[in-house]
Amino acid sequence: MTIDEKAQAVPLKKGRQEHEERRWLSGKVLEACALPIAWVVVIVVFGILKPNTFLTQANFSSILASQAVLVVVTLGLVLVLTGGDYDLSVASVVGLSSMLIAILNVNHHWPIGWCIVVALLAGLVVGAINGFFVVLLQVDSLIVTLGMSTFISGLVLWISASNTISGISTSLVKPVIIWRLFNVPLEFYYAIALALIIWYVFRYTPVGRRLLVVGRSRDVARLSGIRVGAVRWGALMTSGLIAAFGGVLYTGTSGSAGPTSGLELLLPAFAAAFLGATTISPGRFNAWGTVIAVYFLVTGITGLQLLGAQSYVQNLFYGGALILAVSFSQIVRRRRGATTR
Amino acid sequence: MTVSDVPPLLTVRGLTKSFGGALALDDVDLTVLPGEVHGLLGENGSGKSTLIKILAGYHAPDAGELSVNGTDAPLPLPPGQSRALGFEFVHQDLGLVPGLSVTENLFMGEIAAARKRFFVSWSRNERRAREIFKRYGLRLDPSVAVDDIRPVDRALLAIVRALEGLRTSADERPTLLVLDEPTVFLPAHEVALLFNFVRQIAASGSSVLFVSHDLDEVREITDRITVLRDGRRAGTVSTAATSPKDLVRLIIGHDLEDMLPGGAHLEVAKTPVLLQVRQLATPMLRGISFDLHAGEVLGLTGLVGSGYEDVVYALFGAISADGGELRIGEKHIPLAALDPHAAMRHGIALVPGDRQRNGSIPSLTAAENVSLLVLDKYFRTGLLRQRELDRDVRAAMTSYDVRPPRPELDYGAFSGGNQQKAMMAKWQQVVPSVLLLHEPTQGVDVGARQQIWSMIRGSGAASNGTICASSDYEQLAAICDRVGVIARGELVGFLTGDEVTKERITDFCLRSSAGVAATVSTPIEGLGSFDVSAKGQTE
Repeated sequence: MTIDEKAQAVPLKKGRQEHEERRWLSGKVLEACALPIAWVVVIVVFGILKPNTFLTQANFSSILASQAVLVVVTLGLVLVLTGGDYDLSVASVVGLSSMLIAILNVNHHWPIGWCIVVALLAGLVVGAINGFFVVLLQVDSLIVTLGMSTFISGLVLWISASNTISGISTSLVKPVIIWRLFNVPLEFYYAIALALIIWYVFRYTPVGRRLLVVGRSRDVARLSGIRVGAVRWGALMTSGLIAAFGGVLYTGTSGSAGPTSGLELLLPAFAAAFLGATTISPGRFNAWGTVIAVYFLVTGITGLQLLGAQSYVQNLFYGGALILAVSFSQIVRRRRGATTR
Repeated sequence: MTVSDVPPLLTVRGLTKSFGGALALDDVDLTVLPGEVHGLLGENGSGKSTLIKILAGYHAPDAGELSVNGTDAPLPLPPGQSRALGFEFVHQDLGLVPGLSVTENLFMGEIAAARKRFFVSWSRNERRAREIFKRYGLRLDPSVAVDDIRPVDRALLAIVRALEGLRTSADERPTLLVLDEPTVFLPAHEVALLFNFVRQIAASGSSVLFVSHDLDEVREITDRITVLRDGRRAGTVSTAATSPKDLVRLIIGHDLEDMLPGGAHLEVAKTPVLLQVRQLATPMLRGISFDLHAGEVLGLTGLVGSGYEDVVYALFGAISADGGELRIGEKHIPLAALDPHAAMRHGIALVPGDRQRNGSIPSLTAAENVSLLVLDKYFRTGLLRQRELDRDVRAAMTSYDVRPPRPELDYGAFSGGNQQKAMMAKWQQVVPSVLLLHEPTQGVDVGARQQIWSMIRGSGAASNGTICASSDYEQLAAICDRVGVIARGELVGFLTGDEVTKERITDFCLRSSAGVAATVSTPIEGLGSFDVSAKGQTE
């Protein structure tokens, strides 16, 4: 190549590169915003179809508050998923936490503060036991937490004698569901506060970055001096703690604890976590994506139910969303893999 | 040997194969006689594996003829044809399925191809396996898992499986067994067992093509040797009539005395000792001791399977050592308890060899990959200073000439050479006092290779030291002040100063396994345990 040719080729190449980059960038932005846009579309569609019931403040405040527990549980799950493990025990920890509060508060008349402390500790202990098997004995986290989930639900049935316990102290119910800000129960704001914390940890702390690296490649993490075992163990314990906090909100919302409370949250949590990973920062589990995914799913379900769909629509929606979200992220990953190598 | 009157089992004439313009094989002839153990010898990239892959029907040659037992066979070989001709291959990974029993592995092909039956009788198969092993004079328990037998028994099992496969498909005709580097994972005392078995096979009338780059092994087991060099046949010789020196001349193309002078080398004896390794032991290494001097780039090499690369991983705690000690200044660190986290605190850094698997995460950005080790430095008043971090990463990428120097791009989007340079940048962020490298330029283009070399030379100039484990002798000659050679888990000696040339390293590696380090001039003071000649000492 002569010097003249070179001189001509450079700006040409640069122009094309810039063009391609802009296109690539706009594609990326679109990908990041797809789910929020879809959410808005769903709201508009149902708003047009059912303006009198769907587009009411009562409906929105009910949607926002009723899913706070799911947001909390999913955020805990997202920590573990980011670290490359599964935690199938989160839903049963919600039930355990809830039942412990009910038994201690209603049957044993403990002050509610101490009940909450015990419930949170229980979640931490479950996470620690999960970590013991996953990290020290190197058992697959899917298996450990699957077993743990069933074990705990058995435990809850046992300690509750399969009874629903109601009559939880109003000093828990009030700050969760009664007190409102902008006409939305405080419960919602607790969930948002937790999302804020997770967002901060993922984005602005070395710990969050290390967790991400551990999840992507344990070998690279280890060879970069990261204590992989400690990070995974810590994620599992934190997830247990957060799930137990979800249980506290659950108890405050219903004012009672049932023998199978919380178990229904498992699949929605996974669906929301994976769906959330397709938005905001696509390809990564992230806090705001999780929040949006939870509310996208529940908006769709609520709208369909207002249109007269039966309760089965919930299962159709969550199950379908889980499969589609995971498929979508696989396709994205494969496409990106193809262009980068 | 009176082999000249017998028609050859295998004749290959004028075999030529190019890959994208580069000639891998150039007009190569090869003749293997019945009942002969024929060695195929040459350096990495000399064309050995291309030749074998053509015989296996895996590559289609550009030109060449093949005849078996005097009958011409068409090239390229259609799938399955190589077996019908009586060729069977045992590669160094042996192709056994871990977790399955000896019997299951032995009859794997039969079970996979089973069309006629649904029922596999394992008691019958075990009986058959016993009969087969008896016929070959092997003592193997058919019922145990292959993981639980000795490495050599695994190799023998793979060979027996290959021969049995031939017996059924080739109707007792003479056969050609190709052993591709079969000894690399075997301890020395088990190699003899394998060789006995190979001789037995040859005595029964089959031929063996023994592929290796270990000169001593080839000399021990073969009748004749064909040497390949740069894709051409350098010569075919009778083993008994050829001296090791002549073989080395065939392999590297000229006498050792003609060697090119090496680059500028540090006189390591004059600089202080930075790090001492004592009795480092791993499953591959048997008590290795050496010193690293300040400012030195120390190369470690050996043949495949010698365990030389284990040294850098063990010194970083990336693989667990069975024993040994690391001394840095006054600190005595037991190697068995070392992990990467602790190693980094002692100022040790490792740029691992498998970039894609161990070094980086392609799906994260360049910034996230490069800054991983120094995140804490950018975490102040509760916030990771992303902008500052990006700026410093961009500076590091620029100074290591990573193109384009854009921290926000996915790491996987960079070319191999730029990825490797980014890895160097990543590890230089922590300013290690000891930098460990494993194959620092694997899969890297020529320009980047030169750049990485000068980076390594540059990083070794200060008060720190570098250890580079590599089987790329040209690279070692270009960057190292000293090269240590490891054979069968032991450090057999060092090349220093002007001896650090590609030819010398090649020669030393090829011949080291006999334990006679004839060309070594520098004994390792105070470490003893092996005997090196004192020819031309530099001190």
